[in-house]
Amino acid sequence: MPKEYRTIQEVAGPLMLVTGVENVTYDELGEIELKNGEKRRCKVLEINGTDALVQLFESSTGLNLESSKVRFLGRSMELGVSEDMLGRVFDGLGRPIDDGPEILPDSRNDINGLPMNPAARAYPQEFIQTGVSAIDGLNTLVRGQKLPIFSASGLPHAQLAAQIARQARVRGTDENFAVVFAAMGITFEESNFFVESFRESGALERTVLFINLANDPAVERIATPRMALTAAEYLAFEKDMHVLVILTDITNYADALREVSAARKEVPGRRGYPGYMYTDLASLYERAGRQRGKTGSITMIPILSMPEDDKTHPIPDLTGYITEGQIILSRDLYRKNIAPPIDVLPSLSRLKDKGIGEGKTRADHSNVLNQLFAAYARGKEAKELMVVLGEAALTNMDKKYAAFADAFETHYVSQGYQANRSIEETLDIGWELLHLLPRTELKRIDEKYLDMYYNEEKKAEEAQ
Amino acid sequence: MSKGIIKKVAGPLVVASGMRGANMYDVVRVSERRLIGEVIEMHGDEASIQVYEETSGLGPGAPVESTGMPLSVELGPGLIQSIYDGIQRPLDDILKVSGTNLLTRGVEVPSLKRDIKWHFVPTVVPGTYVEAGDVIGTVQETAVVLHKIMVPIGKSGRIRDLKEGEFTVTDKIATLETENGPEDLTLMQKWPVRQGRPYKKKIPPTQPLITGQRVVDTMFPIAKGGVAAVPGPFGSGKTVIQHQLAKWADADIVVYIGCGERGNEMTDVLNEFPELKDPKTGRSLMERTVLIANTSDMPVAAREASIYTGITVAEYFRDMGYSVALMADSTSRWAEALREMSGRLQEMPGEEGYPAYLGSRLAQFYERAGMVQTLGTEERYGALSVIGAVSPAGGDISEPVSQATLRIVKVFWSLDSALAYKRHFPAINWLTSYSLYLDSMEEWFNKNVYPDWMYCRNRLMRLLQEEAELQEIVQLVGMDALSPPERLRLEAARSVREDFLHQNSFHEIDTYTSLEKQYRMMKLVLAYYQEAAEAMNAGADIEELVNLPVREEIGRYKYTEESRIQPAYEAVRARLKEELAALLARKED
Repeated sequence: MPKEYRTIQEVAGPLMLVTGVENVTYDELGEIELKNGEKRRCKVLEINGTDALVQLFESSTGLNLESSKVRFLGRSMELGVSEDMLGRVFDGLGRPIDDGPEILPDSRNDINGLPMNPAARAYPQEFIQTGVSAIDGLNTLVRGQKLPIFSASGLPHAQLAAQIARQARVRGTDENFAVVFAAMGITFEESNFFVESFRESGALERTVLFINLANDPAVERIATPRMALTAAEYLAFEKDMHVLVILTDITNYADALREVSAARKEVPGRRGYPGYMYTDLASLYERAGRQRGKTGSITMIPILSMPEDDKTHPIPDLTGYITEGQIILSRDLYRKNIAPPIDVLPSLSRLKDKGIGEGKTRADHSNVLNQLFAAYARGKEAKELMVVLGEAALTNMDKKYAAFADAFETHYVSQGYQANRSIEETLDIGWELLHLLPRTELKRIDEKYLDMYYNEEKKAEEAQ
Repeated sequence: MSKGIIKKVAGPLVVASGMRGANMYDVVRVSERRLIGEVIEMHGDEASIQVYEETSGLGPGAPVESTGMPLSVELGPGLIQSIYDGIQRPLDDILKVSGTNLLTRGVEVPSLKRDIKWHFVPTVVPGTYVEAGDVIGTVQETAVVLHKIMVPIGKSGRIRDLKEGEFTVTDKIATLETENGPEDLTLMQKWPVRQGRPYKKKIPPTQPLITGQRVVDTMFPIAKGGVAAVPGPFGSGKTVIQHQLAKWADADIVVYIGCGERGNEMTDVLNEFPELKDPKTGRSLMERTVLIANTSDMPVAAREASIYTGITVAEYFRDMGYSVALMADSTSRWAEALREMSGRLQEMPGEEGYPAYLGSRLAQFYERAGMVQTLGTEERYGALSVIGAVSPAGGDISEPVSQATLRIVKVFWSLDSALAYKRHFPAINWLTSYSLYLDSMEEWFNKNVYPDWMYCRNRLMRLLQEEAELQEIVQLVGMDALSPPERLRLEAARSVREDFLHQNSFHEIDTYTSLEKQYRMMKLVLAYYQEAAEAMNAGADIEELVNLPVREEIGRYKYTEESRIQPAYEAVRARLKEELAALLARKED
């Protein structure tokens, strides 16, 4: 029986100071028992001699310095994992909230996990077809990648994430897949949207949900993504499943981190976020990936909302430095009714080059991708010029590019949330659009693909 | 050697009491798990220790033991082709010993493999008097790296018992009769990472480090022994540039440090480098590469140490007389690790929470680069070039790490997200980047490549400069306001950008361009500009000059194989002449 302490000296925000403790270690899990028998969890943030600085995972309401008791459990925070978790709903600390039975754990795993040995990683290179052209064609997702969606308040990131979760498949395989979904501080409605969408597509029984809603304690959010990733690691690397992890919303997570840091009076980095936020976020994101000798994988789609649509805000900024690319949603495109409003120019998938091409998608993929990007960028520039100077000021070529940019947005990017395009369809639409430009302009494409796919007659037809 | 006990644990920082006998920067073993740490502050008998492994589960009362030695690396055969963590523990051996894909704590494995026998060939005869830095023999470590075994620094004397044979790194290979009696020499030596390895003297660099990247070699070259910084926001291609340089730079040895970056990037290097062939030797690139990987999810204190570990290994090879290139990706993560420890030590912060000594630490690191005359009686020169990536928050280089770096480095490759969005790679902005080595390299280029190399380079640069000015006019009043010569200049500048500067790292041929080919490419772009201008003076129409079919061929010249550059060049030049002549002939009709 662990020793009980009635020596809580201070409670301030999410922090608590317990004095006179013995044999307590850093990062140890604690349990606080209130007078009415209610138990709450906490962990040791700092141990100095016999003083333990403790961070609460739940609200501090009702804590009493006189009567509340603290026990330290001799282990760090763990999650009991089992395959029975599929189809179940848990709160942010991993307790079932769907009226189902308790999980009988197969093993109990530390929620912090361990860093993956870089020499043991397998490079992600299996193409995942999401059915979304702007992703498959231009910012290709591969198995084991971490690809966040940078959104902002009022933009339809939830629809896009649900569409990806619904449609994402590795072609030619019907392997074991699972979805792990962690909600951090989002509204009931948004969370419910995801649940309903999983239910409709029949994926719910392959899904594990961890729900911390906006009205749940903020500090609980610090544990929620770790719970989800611990479950995902178990399913992927012990049960050989291909797991898609959706974390939403990272901004709320980072704010909880800031709350704890501020309560500790740490020297803040940018905008009050702690200096170690990069490391902390990396300890989440880097848990995605594939390992040598294991068949399973973790593909991660974190969603974050950029405050004031600002990409240079610390949360999207640090995320972008860790993740392997980003999908950026744009308010301008959303206003133009482009759905999904993916702004392809600043979006990026760093791992695409290894996941596309002959045998994976199609040999011409990388050429088409580069050409579409370059042409769209030039078209956008031409359109900006047109706004300032009027259409007459453009050269004929620039007019063609401007027309290309419009067609690209409406035909290529805007496909709705229900359409599920195969990669061939996506590439063919790309070629169709490139026919709006003369062949000599397509410098990024190899001659042999132009001969194959660029059809002068078809172009003449179109002109008529 | 002092022994103390833990008093306080806060993240990677541990305070232990009873440590009065420990030295600053001593390596200590913390708790029964024997985690590795380093003393970074002393107050009375209390030592503040940064621990290089996860500290969860540590508590007051656990033992702390000083080893009495500063953090050191093992230098000797076996370094090449290794992948180490930030404190030189071999990750592949950890994988074998721990039996898991995850990094568990307290794993002890030697840095250099103890079981490999290396074939040692002496290069001096027994009885020779040798000094520190003198080469006493060699080991063919890989097909391309001849590992020179040097007398350890600080030692000299007459050499005895030296013979050829198979030795492990710990076997005795010779005896050195020093003033203080005989000492055993082994293939391996140790050196503390925070101290630069000594050399005779530094000399100013005179030779460029050829990288096969056009925007680097032609526009903003870096010298052998020079320092360069690549700052840029995420997604602008920092890592791709670092990888390209690690792959193609004409260095004898490459040390690549992944400091607080993505795990998959290191995997990429591990997978790709053994497959790639060095254009010079035709051997696998891995055979000259040492990797240091401290990814972002690995303990933060070891990240701080990783760049010192890397540069010490690099200096060791420089001392053999090699040209070494070191890539550090990214120094911002190192600075953040510094900031985190500084915060935990409750130091007074400077700008943005970074410690006040950020600038001096960075300068100390970069200053370890350079072209030097090494120690030893034989006259030997080695170069250590350092290329550091910087990841400025929000892409804004007014932040402290970028600014402190810019004060030191001589080459600045400024990555531009606007170029990256247009998929213009490498996204190095030609207007804001600079190289201060241009003047000192001019002679080398003109002498070793072509006499008008610098002249051509400067003309390209001027075209780009003029383009920027003309673009301003176009933005204001439209293309129509430009005179035909100005239109032509814009077109030529576009050709510089698209046909010359743009380089596809993932294209099998375009990924590396020899200097010869770079020169021909410059010539083609300039020939178009010059000859079209002459044709225009003779009455040719600007629209027709802009739409000349040969321009597509100029654009595709970059995909020409190295073996065919000469005939292909002649063909394009001939066609250019023909088309212009035909144009003028039609005009006269």
